Amino acid sequence: MCPVPSGNRPDPDELLARVQAEEKQQKHGRLKIFFGYAAGVGKTYAMLEAAHQRKAEGVDVVVGYVETHKRVETETMLRDLELIPRQSLTYRNIQLSEMDIDAVLRRRPRLVLVDELAHTNAPGSRHAKRYQDVEELLAAGIDVYTTLNIQHLESLNDVVAQITGTKVRETVPDRVIDEVTDIELIDLPTEELLNRLKEGKVYVPEQAERAIEKFFRQGNLTALRELTMRRAAERVDDQMLDYMERRAIPGPWPAGERLLVCVSPGAVSERLIRTARRLADELKAEWYAIHVETPQQAGMSTEQRDRVDRMLRLAEDLGAKSISLPGQSVTETVTNYARSHNVTKIIIGKSRRSRWYEWLRGSVTDQLIRQSGPIDVYFVNSEAQPSFKQTEHLWLPHRPWRRYLWGVGLVIAATSICALVAPYISPTNLVVIYLLSVVITAIFLGRGPAILASILSVASFDYFFVPPHLTLAVSDTEYILTFIGLLSVSLVISYLTAQVREQAEAAQRREAQTAALYELGRDLTATVGLEAVAKTIISHISQTFSREVAIFLPEDGKLKLYTASSGLTVAENELAVATWAFEHGQLAGRGTDTLPDASMHYQPLKTTRGVIGVLGVKPSSPGAYLSPDQRRTLDAFVNQVALAIEGARLVEQARQTELLEATEKLQTALLNSISHDLRTPLVSITGALSSLEEASPVLDEEVRRSLIETAREEADRLNRLVGNLLDITRIEAGAMRIHREAYDVQELIGSTLEQIGERLKDRPLNVDVPEKLPLVPMDFVLVSRVLVNVIDNALKYSPAHLPIEIRAQTSDKYLKITVADRGEGIPTEDLERVFDKFYRVQRPDNVSGTGLGLSISKGIVEAHGGNIQAENRRGGGTIITVSLPLEGTKDG
Amino acid sequence: MNEIGLRVLVVDDERAIRRYLHAALNAQGYTVFEASGGKEALNMVVADRPDLIILDLGLPDMDGVEVTRQLREWTHTPIIILSVREQESDKIDALDAGADDYLTKPFSSGELMARMRVALRRSVQTTSEPVFELDELKVDLARRLVIVAGQEISLTPTEYDLLRILVQNAGRVLTHHQLLRQVWGGAYETEAHLLRVNMSNLRRKIEPDPTRPHYIITEPGVGYRLRTET
Repeated sequence: MCPVPSGNRPDPDELLARVQAEEKQQKHGRLKIFFGYAAGVGKTYAMLEAAHQRKAEGVDVVVGYVETHKRVETETMLRDLELIPRQSLTYRNIQLSEMDIDAVLRRRPRLVLVDELAHTNAPGSRHAKRYQDVEELLAAGIDVYTTLNIQHLESLNDVVAQITGTKVRETVPDRVIDEVTDIELIDLPTEELLNRLKEGKVYVPEQAERAIEKFFRQGNLTALRELTMRRAAERVDDQMLDYMERRAIPGPWPAGERLLVCVSPGAVSERLIRTARRLADELKAEWYAIHVETPQQAGMSTEQRDRVDRMLRLAEDLGAKSISLPGQSVTETVTNYARSHNVTKIIIGKSRRSRWYEWLRGSVTDQLIRQSGPIDVYFVNSEAQPSFKQTEHLWLPHRPWRRYLWGVGLVIAATSICALVAPYISPTNLVVIYLLSVVITAIFLGRGPAILASILSVASFDYFFVPPHLTLAVSDTEYILTFIGLLSVSLVISYLTAQVREQAEAAQRREAQTAALYELGRDLTATVGLEAVAKTIISHISQTFSREVAIFLPEDGKLKLYTASSGLTVAENELAVATWAFEHGQLAGRGTDTLPDASMHYQPLKTTRGVIGVLGVKPSSPGAYLSPDQRRTLDAFVNQVALAIEGARLVEQARQTELLEATEKLQTALLNSISHDLRTPLVSITGALSSLEEASPVLDEEVRRSLIETAREEADRLNRLVGNLLDITRIEAGAMRIHREAYDVQELIGSTLEQIGERLKDRPLNVDVPEKLPLVPMDFVLVSRVLVNVIDNALKYSPAHLPIEIRAQTSDKYLKITVADRGEGIPTEDLERVFDKFYRVQRPDNVSGTGLGLSISKGIVEAHGGNIQAENRRGGGTIITVSLPLEGTKDG
Repeated sequence: MNEIGLRVLVVDDERAIRRYLHAALNAQGYTVFEASGGKEALNMVVADRPDLIILDLGLPDMDGVEVTRQLREWTHTPIIILSVREQESDKIDALDAGADDYLTKPFSSGELMARMRVALRRSVQTTSEPVFELDELKVDLARRLVIVAGQEISLTPTEYDLLRILVQNAGRVLTHHQLLRQVWGGAYETEAHLLRVNMSNLRRKIEPDPTRPHYIITEPGVGYRLRTET
């Protein structure tokens, strides 16, 4: 074993991450690929064999999707294996059948067989590609066996195309392969494969006969076979290295290279990226894909922008980190980035621009070589011509030829003006007018027309105004200088002006984006409450993107529609798509690879705590997709949105927690108070009785009687207290039933006083109840309890020698009973709170009672439709007034 | 009245209450039998023929009102029911079914004894007393005379009937229904306001202080009772 090169020991953090990844892998299903170099080598057969073996070992195996191509041997292998029925989809009147993912997920087998990993699913399926289906199954913890041919690998796609001459469309990104647990190479000598083909044992779709002929040639097959073996070996190598690193076995560590590939709208980018991937693989290096948006490139058409996006995504699929940076010059930005990220090799396409162009603009290649310093630069050949279409102009007709026409028009206009002033000015000064026309062309019509205008200006200047007139010949060779001057200045102006304009447009665009983002952020910080936040988000997104928006938030673990733009209805199946996006943390819906038939585009809202919700955006018309620019802005918005929603939710949670705490505290205090009040009379009772028990013969009559009296009084008090508690509980629970009948007020007062009984002893009492009062509807038992409480209150809080006055009268459709005492009165601010539960006026002396009486009274009186009030009396004391309506329904 | 030897059946599912009643009644000279459920009670009434039954309404095996009804099918033994507050309707049902009086738990021994005395007196009375006297009130049923503080007072026929019924059941609670039925007839059982108005008028005529009735006591939610002792 080689000694470990210094500085390249496995980083402990990396090791930890790897262990964690391993652990995660256990919960993650394991993927085994049966890998072959061509159709017909026997992958499906081998997979089925392995499945049978697993089944014999007792593993729960089911078949998700296996394509037998009607081969008898394969079909026999399928017997004895449980088949999950496929789901059939109709597409353009053709019946297609695909694997039913949900059925497999429901079935939850240990292992599922899924043939043809690179297959594209029929429209209407959940995912666009079968490998995405497999990823979902793996994420659910189900192991998968699958089959794959070498030509379906993304990174080798172009190599295979070179070998076989046919480009395969269905590809699988390499990252899927990299995460695979096991690759089993199914190999077959090429002669045997060709024999099989002849015997008709290889599946051949009729349409592809000619292609197949081309494909199945000895040379091709051998090359493919070698490529396959090599790739499989690489994987084994990877696994071995991984193993060694994990166990900290010193070995040939990767050299620690880092690659950077530059992506441009040109066609060469795809090749660059695949090359970078292979290089990165060989060097075991990390790699980055960078796109620099220079001011010139700011004038890219949507197509080009799209292409750049696709390239960046491709790079990510292949395992790179993609970035898009703005910058003045490609070289500078790239080299700066490379240096700050410790890139060791830069890969860039060989430019095929003409020398003339390069000389004018300076070739990126040269600059890069000069500025790269210690970093290696690799130039990769490209076959395609770089294309660079004209920008889309915002102000004038889009079609290019129209602009050129206008350019020519301007030159003609300039010529006419010159013709007018020619007699008065020397020819050289006429140049100025032409220059002006070029400037105008450059500003309004773009680079191309401006260049044309420049040339035409020189030509027409020469033709019309330089002697000899009306020829392109020049008599005075000094004019050549003028020509050169005019042309060069025009060209420079064209470029600079056009550039400035393009920069301005780009800046405008970026500014609009930033402004929208800033405004969203600013409004969100000012908004409080989840509802308000959601409304703000919806209005901003609707405005910025002119689209309808829906926000989905989880409730009790299930995703539900929280709010949406007015007029937007969300169907059930749309909710299912949103739920998928939520559960998997990935984009779904229109314009994505997953469930693209949905009517809305769903974006999961992610924060550090995970996915907290889903944002749905509905296009204004079914065909309108978001431009890549808009999508970038939406991405930025979504981040803000996720944070804002999370923030609002956390605030609410905090508030609820606070509320809960406060309620709990209150409840504890109340329970303590009640417990104390219930126990206190018991103390006297138990004390008195136990004293009597113990010391009865010794005690004299007086003492004995006094003890007995105390016990009895306290027992009464306890009884009243229990009664009060029951009443208040009943009132609170809404179980207090009012049974109204017409009663005589005198009788009411009489019965009340009778009930109070002993407590009234020796207390002066003035009762004023007129004889002619009408009968009042009331629940006699309850209302007398009210009066008992109120009078008891007066008794408790006023001195024994001062009278209590009870009066009854009718006033204004109500019966009013007032109880007035000459006690201390109630502080003004407490006049209302007196009727609160457990309220007791702060008094220095020990007044008994739980403070429930008045609150019970209030409950009963209000249930009658009346009310109860306390006020202070002139001269000291309190008046409590109970009002009961004179009209009332007669209850049964 | 000679209470010694009088037999009382105490029916309550709570052992503590039975114990207390047993002790209190024994102390007054009564012989006490105990039953803890309705069925047991019915059997014991047949077997031991008590002179008075104290019956708790909240029995586990049978509804106390039902026990009352069944007893009243064949015996006139006075029944005093025990109940908790808040269950006025149960009390009324039991009283209407034939119980003689009621007590609300918790009650004092004094109340219990008073009610028992009244109930027992009535049960042994063969002829009713023509004259009722208490403090300042004197009612002569034979001569249809009502005298308050020495003054004869005139009552309407209804008021008199009302007073008469109360006197004939002196000491015992009469429910609103019973009063209405007996004074006005069965058709007027639900015309409670008739009762109120007349009661109010009656009180004003015989009570020294109508707001603190001394003779006719309101039993809240249940009915009325004419006091027999002070």
